[in-house]
Amino acid sequence: MIQVEGIGKRYQLGQSIRHDTLRDAIMHCARIKKAGAKAAESRDEEHFWALRDVSFGVGEGEVVGIIGRNGAGKSTLLKVLSRITPPTEGRIRLRGRVASLLEVGTGFHPELSGRENIYMNGAILGMTRQEIRSRFDEIVSFAEVEKFLDTPVKRYSSGMYVRLAFAVAAHLEPEILLVDEVLAVGDSVFQKKCLGKIAEVATGGRTVLFVSHNMAAVQNLTSRSILLADGQLIADEETGRVVASYLASGNQRAAAEDLSTRDARFRIESICFNEAAQEPGFDKPMRFDLSLSLEHRAETISIGLGIYNSLGVRLLTSRSVVDGLESGNSKISIRIPEHHLPPGDYSLALGIFRGIETIYFAENVLNFSLSDVGVSDPLLQPYLVKQRDQIGAFIPGIWEKI
Amino acid sequence: MSAESPEVELLIAPPEGWCAIDFKELWAYRELFGFLVWRDVSVRYKQSVLGALWALLTPLITMVIFTIIFGKVAKIPTDGIPYPIFSYAGLLPWLFFSQSLQKATLSMVAERNLLTKIYFPRLIVPMAATLAPLVDLLIASSVLFAMMFYYHFVPTVHSLYLLPLCVLWAWVTAVGVGSWLSALNVYFRDVGQLIPFVVQVWMYASPVVYPASLVPPGFQWLYALNPMTGVIEGFRWALLSHGNPPGLIFFVSAMVSVVLFVTGGLFFKRMERSFADVV
Repeated sequence: MIQVEGIGKRYQLGQSIRHDTLRDAIMHCARIKKAGAKAAESRDEEHFWALRDVSFGVGEGEVVGIIGRNGAGKSTLLKVLSRITPPTEGRIRLRGRVASLLEVGTGFHPELSGRENIYMNGAILGMTRQEIRSRFDEIVSFAEVEKFLDTPVKRYSSGMYVRLAFAVAAHLEPEILLVDEVLAVGDSVFQKKCLGKIAEVATGGRTVLFVSHNMAAVQNLTSRSILLADGQLIADEETGRVVASYLASGNQRAAAEDLSTRDARFRIESICFNEAAQEPGFDKPMRFDLSLSLEHRAETISIGLGIYNSLGVRLLTSRSVVDGLESGNSKISIRIPEHHLPPGDYSLALGIFRGIETIYFAENVLNFSLSDVGVSDPLLQPYLVKQRDQIGAFIPGIWEKI
Repeated sequence: MSAESPEVELLIAPPEGWCAIDFKELWAYRELFGFLVWRDVSVRYKQSVLGALWALLTPLITMVIFTIIFGKVAKIPTDGIPYPIFSYAGLLPWLFFSQSLQKATLSMVAERNLLTKIYFPRLIVPMAATLAPLVDLLIASSVLFAMMFYYHFVPTVHSLYLLPLCVLWAWVTAVGVGSWLSALNVYFRDVGQLIPFVVQVWMYASPVVYPASLVPPGFQWLYALNPMTGVIEGFRWALLSHGNPPGLIFFVSAMVSVVLFVTGGLFFKRMERSFADVV
């Protein structure tokens, strides 16, 4: 049982407050004195509320998702709930043994063996030695590291490392579990195993608070979700609807997305999905128009596009090499001839590279939709009613008798 | 962890002012404390050829250097006790203290990963960091007993209780000062840079390479304010019957330690609430 009442967390902004060395602190004191009354005035501006006035309750055995953009306050909320950092205002009541999982492998020591790290990590996560001992074999077989138990984990492959780390965490049995995006580690087979284990925990009568960017996972695991934006609680209802309003808010935000590059002489003026060029029907070429402003001429750059579905799963990656760009303004269009994507809402990631140097990369620079006008393929039709967000690329199969 | 686990109810609210150290909670986290100490000890000499032998070599080499410089060249009077054993008996508690103090000071920053990812009473980090050097002390004391045999010293009966007491005393001092410095180090990394010098100056302000009797009588009071004076003098008195039996000076030294320990704990508690945000 979790009862959160009016929780707020205030951080102080900027280096002027966070002194890492004594000199900074002394300098800061001097500055405050000089500025005098002015400093007191501007004090409020140096603060930043990562969370403000957040209230909600979670019943016993309930599994609740927490979603929101980066910086919305999700991690801060988990940190306050797990007592890593105290709130600035409000109060929280928790009934039951709490375990928080903000990261897999916290406290793993590279010099210690797998066996030793299981005990160490278990203790850090709050298991008693006895609990660890009784689950030891289970953890080892889940992680599939039987043969390397007495090898220092610094010799482990990164896959083995995360498997072991997740395995320990997965065998925690608290009454309340707070999980940040630590899921889906390792290769795809192990990822499935992880999600399965989480689902098992979620249905096992435990109270779970689950923070994730992965909308598909949130929808699978939770029935109710909380949406945070700029530290405030925007929605608290059935997951499907919260996810929908989260995605809708993405549409408004994307226009303001930052297009500034890492190279001041290379500017992106705009990127847009050319709707006018879109022919009606399934799998018709897509066109994106990119407007650039260059200070130097004739550079060879490559442009990468990534297309995500509305659940945040990347479906497609395309790359093109562009050369012979003149200085000044250039407009180019990028066409993706075959994509097999069904009608639906998508978001675009854009990357611009010069050799191995990244000039620009951002996810969610643009949201666009492929309309279902003119889509009459009978094979595709059944999916469009309910599952268009989930099917990914659609390719009709070809069969013949053999 | 089954049905019979007691209902735990927890209230999280903004902290206010000074608060006392929650010993019940520290006790509840004793297993994690134990694991932290065990990890420090077992990782200490991993991947070194000589391994735990370093716990012997460090004081031994230091002792040889001191004997040459302070014993042979500077000819510091040691009231008839051979300089090697005189300095070694002082070095043991001193090295334990100085290593504990340095480890404790750097501990909070070193465990940044734990601090920002998991809850536990923060105080166990500097406390655990001070315990690993205890193993070194035990290993190094084997040489001390060999030297006592060689120089024909018989430890007094007082050493039975006084030696553990002095080690405890050094530990209390290290935890006290370590709490202060480790909390400060979270905010000001200068502390970590400064600590080697602090330790060096402190050593010369303690009777490690010279006997406390060398300090002019007028300054003895000031000298007693250094807790390590009491610790080292107590060590030597118990083992080598050197110096004065525990008296007022010891009492003053011990009081300073207690004050450092209590204020260190309180200061640490006061600062700990923003550790995770700042570290």
